[in-house]
Amino acid sequence: MAIETVPPPASHEALSQQRRARERLKVFGLVFPGLFWLTFFFALPLVVIFIYSFLTPGPRGDVVWIFTFDNYARLFTESLFVNAYIRSIWLGILTTVICLIIGYPLAVFIAQAPPRWRTILLFMVLIPFWTNFLVRTYAWMIILQNNGLINWIVTSLGFPRLSLMNTQTAVLIGLVYGELPFMVLPLYASIDRFDFTLMQAASDLGASKFRAFTRVMLPLTMPGIAAGSVLVFIPTVGQFVVSDLLGGAKVDMLGNLLQRLFTRANPPNWPLGSALALMFMLVLMILIVFYFRSTTEDDR
Amino acid sequence: MIDLSQTSSQTAQKSSTRKPFSLGKTTLTVVSVLTYMFLYIPIIILVLYSFTTDAFGARLTGFTLSWYEQLWRDQRLMGATLNTLYVAFVSMIVSTIIGTMTALALERFRFRGRAVYDAFLYLPVVIPEIVMALSLLAFFSFAFNLIRQLTGIQLRNGLATVIISHIAFSISFVVIVVRASLRGFDQRMEEAAYDLGANSWQTFWRITFPLILPGIIGGGLLAFTISLDDFIISFFTTGPGTSLLPVEVYSQVKRAVTPKINAISTLMLAVSMTLVVLSQVVQRPRT
Repeated sequence: MAIETVPPPASHEALSQQRRARERLKVFGLVFPGLFWLTFFFALPLVVIFIYSFLTPGPRGDVVWIFTFDNYARLFTESLFVNAYIRSIWLGILTTVICLIIGYPLAVFIAQAPPRWRTILLFMVLIPFWTNFLVRTYAWMIILQNNGLINWIVTSLGFPRLSLMNTQTAVLIGLVYGELPFMVLPLYASIDRFDFTLMQAASDLGASKFRAFTRVMLPLTMPGIAAGSVLVFIPTVGQFVVSDLLGGAKVDMLGNLLQRLFTRANPPNWPLGSALALMFMLVLMILIVFYFRSTTEDDR
Repeated sequence: MIDLSQTSSQTAQKSSTRKPFSLGKTTLTVVSVLTYMFLYIPIIILVLYSFTTDAFGARLTGFTLSWYEQLWRDQRLMGATLNTLYVAFVSMIVSTIIGTMTALALERFRFRGRAVYDAFLYLPVVIPEIVMALSLLAFFSFAFNLIRQLTGIQLRNGLATVIISHIAFSISFVVIVVRASLRGFDQRMEEAAYDLGANSWQTFWRITFPLILPGIIGGGLLAFTISLDDFIISFFTTGPGTSLLPVEVYSQVKRAVTPKINAISTLMLAVSMTLVVLSQVVQRPRT
């Protein structure tokens, strides 16, 4: 406003300087709230557990300010922790891949539907997602339990009762069910932007459907695939609800160990829990950075 | 142009072996219908079993509404429900505003530290939720200790700590969604507005905002969903006196499977669906 009403300035420099100052103020105003919130309630808490991870656990679940590396040493020597890492990452990869295989055709289907239907179809993916995660996991408990729906069908057909609860399969079903919308939404966003006439062009030029898909559509929708995979993989690996409810104590993931160290252990061991949480985070970040590097290279 | 496309479609018809491209429409439809079934069957079962007379919630033995009656009498559960809706609402409003502002700054301005901030914003998405929850638990206990030593006031975890944490978690998600819609539209429209004499405030409200509104609503809905859905952060950041619905349901599910939990779940589902429909109605006249 001010710039328009001010009479022509003596020099262009004065104008551009004024404009730059206003620009800077605008940026500051826009950036500050987010930066403030995330510094205080995201970055600082991580600094706190970083400090805790080098302290000594106290006798009543508190921390004693004595510096130590013991917490980290335990993480690499006790098989309890190492096994939990491996199982968590393996289940995370499986869940992501299954979600991708199920989610991609669904996203294509929605993107190719008549515009009027798209919103409805997309919301139909979202509605289960709007129900609480626990509720969705609980729904599978009803279906999978020993006298649940699947076993009712199985025994009605004359087959012996299956024990589905407290298995890795049950956990995997629960994870895929819970995370699928996280995959479909970003996939849809990038498939929707994809120009399907390119596929026509590819087949005009003699490419088979499969070749057109792998060489044209897949690379162009890679941002959606990458975003969806990350959005699915992260919450999966940190899960403890699904593995707790559908896996019993038999399918222990890292989340379960962390929860126990922080709240249930007697006494709670925050320094060890902090060290485990940080290591877990670090390993995941390395995986993700590696993953993003490889996908962007493919894009180029 | 039109002539060209007509002739090309005519030649396509002449060659007749080739149809317009589709990824095997029938297969795609069948797979998608199966996926929708996978998504909905558990929910349908959940709702059906909330009316069963079987106390173990394993058989459909008859129709009753007694489980819903029990809900109304359960003060704890009702209080927890209200708390959860309140937290989700506040968290949605704050994180949508902050997230939209941040998205605008990142998409429309060049400033020092932009790349670093951009990467930093992805961290809450990338970091496992449980790590964030535990760090917040440690942070609040640390901060409250400090405050007590400095001022003698003892603060405790409660709704405020849950809301603060949910906002911190949701901002990045809103930013991602809003940025996508900022990138998705023709920026020349903004330039045209500037050329026609609009200032940046007018340009935002007249041009940018209506165009990215679906993105903002989408981001807001995501923030609301995240908060409503969230168990992990709520579980670790809430205080002993304040119960949230997911935390309450979790402790009940751990004890036993009863149709009462189905009943509360069904109600949650009804609320969510109403909200979805409402957001659609609100969105329609604008877009």
